Amino acid sequence: MRRSYSGLAAGTAIVAALCALPMVAPTYYLHLLTLTFCYGIMAMSLDLLVGYTGLGSLGHAAYFGVAGYMVGVLATTYGWGFWPAAGAGVFAAAFTAAMFGLLAIRATGPYFLIITLALGQVVWGLAYRWVSVTGGDNGLRGIARPVLAAGFSMSRIQVFYYFAMAVTLVAALLMYLIVTSPFGLTLRGIRESESRMRVLGYNVFLHKYLVFILAGTFCGLAGVLYAYYNGFVSPADVHLVASANALLMVILGGSGTLFGPLVGSALLVFLQNILSGITQRWLTILGAILVLAVMYAPRGVVGAARTLFVRRPAGRGTRVPAVEQSETT
Amino acid sequence: MAHRIVRRTLLKGGLALAGATAARALDRLRPVVYAQPAPAFRIGFIADITGNVAPSGRDMLDGFQMYLSEKNSMLGGKQVQLIVEDAGGVPANALTKARKLIEQDRVHLLTAPLLANEAYAVRDYVAERGTPMIYMVASADDLTQRKGAPNFVRTGWSSSQPSHPFGEYAATELKYKRIATIGSDYAFGYEVLGGFQKTFELHGGQIVQKIWAPLGTPDWSPYVTQLRRDVDAVYAVQVGVDVIRFAKAYRQYGLKDKIPLIGGGLQSDESLLRGMGAPEDATGILTCLHWAAGLTTLAARKFVDAYNAKYKKDPSYYAETNYTGGMWIDTAVQRIDGKVDDRAAFLRSMLAVQLPNAPRGPVRLDSYHNPIQNEYVRKVEYRNGRLVNTVIHTFHNVSQFWTFAPAEFLKQPVYDRNYPPCRYCG
Amino acid sequence: MGASFYVQQALNGLSFGALLFLLASGLTLIFGLMRVANIAHGSYYLLGAYVGLSVMRWTGVFPLAILAGGAAVALIGIVMQRWFLARFHQQTLPQVLLTMGFAFFFSDQALLLWGGDPQTIPVPKVLAGALVLGSVYFPAYRLFVIAVGLCVFVGLWLLLERTRLGATVRAAVDDAEMARGLGINVGRVMTGVFALGAFLAAAGGVMGGAFLSIYPGADFDVLPLTFVVVIMGGLGSLKGALIGSLLVGLLDNFGKALFPELSYFTLFAPMALILAVRPTGLFGRG
Repeated sequence: MRRSYSGLAAGTAIVAALCALPMVAPTYYLHLLTLTFCYGIMAMSLDLLVGYTGLGSLGHAAYFGVAGYMVGVLATTYGWGFWPAAGAGVFAAAFTAAMFGLLAIRATGPYFLIITLALGQVVWGLAYRWVSVTGGDNGLRGIARPVLAAGFSMSRIQVFYYFAMAVTLVAALLMYLIVTSPFGLTLRGIRESESRMRVLGYNVFLHKYLVFILAGTFCGLAGVLYAYYNGFVSPADVHLVASANALLMVILGGSGTLFGPLVGSALLVFLQNILSGITQRWLTILGAILVLAVMYAPRGVVGAARTLFVRRPAGRGTRVPAVEQSETT
Repeated sequence: MAHRIVRRTLLKGGLALAGATAARALDRLRPVVYAQPAPAFRIGFIADITGNVAPSGRDMLDGFQMYLSEKNSMLGGKQVQLIVEDAGGVPANALTKARKLIEQDRVHLLTAPLLANEAYAVRDYVAERGTPMIYMVASADDLTQRKGAPNFVRTGWSSSQPSHPFGEYAATELKYKRIATIGSDYAFGYEVLGGFQKTFELHGGQIVQKIWAPLGTPDWSPYVTQLRRDVDAVYAVQVGVDVIRFAKAYRQYGLKDKIPLIGGGLQSDESLLRGMGAPEDATGILTCLHWAAGLTTLAARKFVDAYNAKYKKDPSYYAETNYTGGMWIDTAVQRIDGKVDDRAAFLRSMLAVQLPNAPRGPVRLDSYHNPIQNEYVRKVEYRNGRLVNTVIHTFHNVSQFWTFAPAEFLKQPVYDRNYPPCRYCG
Repeated sequence: MGASFYVQQALNGLSFGALLFLLASGLTLIFGLMRVANIAHGSYYLLGAYVGLSVMRWTGVFPLAILAGGAAVALIGIVMQRWFLARFHQQTLPQVLLTMGFAFFFSDQALLLWGGDPQTIPVPKVLAGALVLGSVYFPAYRLFVIAVGLCVFVGLWLLLERTRLGATVRAAVDDAEMARGLGINVGRVMTGVFALGAFLAAAGGVMGGAFLSIYPGADFDVLPLTFVVVIMGGLGSLKGALIGSLLVGLLDNFGKALFPELSYFTLFAPMALILAVRPTGLFGRG
């Protein structure tokens, strides 16, 4: 596979800019970017399912929330420190994904979509109903910002911002390694045609199950980061709307591009927050932007950027990306 | 080939345009403080004007803006800059908006969001920052009991505040002995019912059945058909469209004519009365709240008429509480000659305000920063082609603790799904 | 719990299921048959209900309100399908993004045009009463909903299975290439089916508006329910959509009546279980 040096250069420039930001930008933008990082990890993890394996899920927020609530309960009721609570949160998400995966993986296409939706809503119902543990509708508050080794506190946004960025970079790197590994290539094969892969001797079920757990685990990581950032978790973080937002970020940024969802997350977070401060009709404008985005950049922002800026060797026609063709199984 | 070039150019052009617009937009968002010629009194208004609570959020903003426009956007002699941010009824968004208003816009005063869970979401952050925050609608009991803070002022109500006198009224005046309850399964429902149950049972009543249904239940028939018929009344506490759906189901299944319906204050809020399917769904319902559009006092009539003239509908309690909130802030700022930059003085002034003539009647604060005000028992009547809350009884000087000593009251847990326990449930 | 309890709850469940079917019938056509992931389906419901509300306020004629609501939204559906969706044939992700954008747009415009207060479509006087059999109480409007649901099912089924038009539709959906080869104007057929689906959703909105009231957010409240019912019944199966709706209605109702403590789970837990056991839905063609 040809490495894209221009992509690497662009990425490094962006990271450098983000590092320099706290010195020039007002704190509000640091807040928005931190949110972008949290949701970005969630969206990237969803892309493992959507873009690389061809499995669209509408229940991804379940793992986000399970991890967040685990952190919330352990940190506030039992006073656990950052590393053990975070670890438990990620583990809880992985465990939930392992359980749900057993129920969901047999389904494909729209059936998978709906069973993940239903499972996500069951988690939401649990978050609402189990008031003694989750605080019900009011949620769990009082999650203090982590204090890392040597008493290094992250209660200032400037510090937490760097932490969130670091976590995001690590997660992105790990996911990048996964999708470029043989395992990742097998996933892409499954996205193209499951029956073909089965015939070739691959254990399709096992691959799908593993990527489901991986996606849930990384999503849990996002949930942990989010819980420590906001200091509180509520059922709204597990609701269908949250899952739909994640899917939106994936599509907007470009599915199957791994970093596309991160861009999609930035777009959605900034658009929603800034537009709603300018006009009451922000939802109309957002809707119009989404429609325009699809009409002019149907492969997402990153997908469109690749078409614009990546030069193809002369003589080759435009290959239709496989992502678009694999919707029917 | 040609169309690809065209598309690419269009896309590049579009990106450039988007970039330029973004730059302009960002420019507009730089702390407006720098652009302002004269120092203004900046109020951050966290509104919920989209999402499921949009109507109530809209009423809140309308009520507040009506007061502002009556005073030409001058409160206490200071020019007001109202910065409205939409949280959409989502707690995490409320927190993000609170951060923006406090850190970016450097507001002098923040108005708390509508919902209890939003209020809890912003609570820790605002308490830590020390920015004065005024609760006009969020009524979670504990916000002015165990989870208050020095910089919080509540001019609205606490959920159980009207329920305490109403419970007593139901037992002693209406002479009800056995009541079945049905409510929305979340904290607000627990607190409103809890207060009622406490005083109702204290005066000899019995709650014999408690049904809880999820918020946003579309079909109330399985619950309505479960209600016991051997009761003197049914007490209902829902919010928003659930109120309308429940009232309709209650009548459709023949209960309305047989068993009187009473409920929490929002059961007959003006914003919901106008959405009832048929007037008969709502007529005769008794509720208790600190406001009624049918109040006959001069201040109330003036407010209702002005609101009707401007918005062509009766003011709901959301509108009144924000209008009175504006009045409150006005009075507070006047007392300190507009020196809102002195945060400590501003807070002290906010806590010392007493309004003898708000549309709802006299309002002042207790030592826990919650209002002491009238509570009205209201009856829904159909008059001149619309449904109206008429006042049939007034309780004066009702605090969040009713007749209990605060220290005693705070010893009991917050009203909950299981507190007070349902001792008489069959 | 006597027999009357079971009869009462069964009738409740059936009427809710019938309403779900009215919503699902349109989506069965659009998503089940045409495989268009239409996130704006809830918006069709909402807009149809609001238009019906306005027409009801002006004229007081209920059937007119249903027709007007249906026609208005069918028009919107035609525009959406012809000019926006047609170029994303069988591309699910762009369809999702596109229709979600429209859904946001419609949701906000409805808020702007009709205001935020929840409103109820007045039920025509003739349907305002109730049927009483012993201790079983049954509102006439709910019986009406069941009747309409059954009629819609029968009508659609006859249309699709027993008419030439239906055969044309099924051909165009199953294999567009072949159908085009046979001289069928596939584009026009697709637009027509989409418009019919939108009409049914909007008509369902008017019927539901008298039952469940209309409010900002109703679109996103009914959307997941509708999708779940269609897919649970099995994609492309009208019979599946009917059985799925009735099953959901009954399970939800009995669940809430018998186990009120589990109310949060009576809607989605059974769906998850059914799909876990039968991953292609009840009557799906896979």
